[in-house]
Amino acid sequence: MNPRSCVNIHKEWDIVGARQLGREMAKEIGFGTVDQARIATAVSELARNIYLYAKNGQVCFEYIYTNSQKGILMTAVDTGPGIKDISSVMQDGYTTSGGLGAGLPGVKRLMDDFDIESAVGEGTKIKAIKWIR
Amino acid sequence: MRIPILKLHNYLLISIQTEIDDQTAIKFQEDLLAKIHKTGAIGVVIDLTSVDIIDSFIAKVLGDVVSMSDLMGARVVLTGIQPAVAMTLIDLGIHLQNVPTALDLEQGLVKLHQELGG
Repeated sequence: MNPRSCVNIHKEWDIVGARQLGREMAKEIGFGTVDQARIATAVSELARNIYLYAKNGQVCFEYIYTNSQKGILMTAVDTGPGIKDISSVMQDGYTTSGGLGAGLPGVKRLMDDFDIESAVGEGTKIKAIKWIR
Repeated sequence: MRIPILKLHNYLLISIQTEIDDQTAIKFQEDLLAKIHKTGAIGVVIDLTSVDIIDSFIAKVLGDVVSMSDLMGARVVLTGIQPAVAMTLIDLGIHLQNVPTALDLEQGLVKLHQELGG
């Protein structure tokens, strides 16, 4: 059994809710404090992107296991405007919101595996995995 | 939710103890600037010992409040950034250069005292 927990993102406070759940689940499966902070921060960035650009979406967490490793998979899905040029949003310093532009490249560095799919007018799906070292 | 700001002689002291959401951070920024204006404080210590997450937004708000206070003539020192938070910020690509920091509240007060010439 591998339960999946999700937080719907439609108001600002949901960003806090999502990162608390992410941290809680990371702690429970055995991540250390530094990785818990990395995971919670990555969740915060993804949830904020949903809130700012798509207004509505969902962040889900589940544990994943391979023969030699275990980790946490987070999936951030929205039905927002989508991203026209993925390679530009993956560049450091890119921002359309006047923020620090740490967004997605930062999330990629915080996590171990990172995957993004997006279609203009349909939405964006980001999957990111952190493995326990 | 509001972050309390304490006055101690010419200084303002803030210890952030709660999970900060975006609104709380913005509100804090406004409150701090208003309090500097009202009290004529020349130095501010923001202690982050109990903060276990600083994402890009919160970092921006903190960095901005340092610059804004500076414009008004008050020096701000951030103290007590946890090891995990420091590592996460660098991973995110946020270096908070030009932001004065110190190990803890005590060191922060010493730093302010030195910079402001006693």
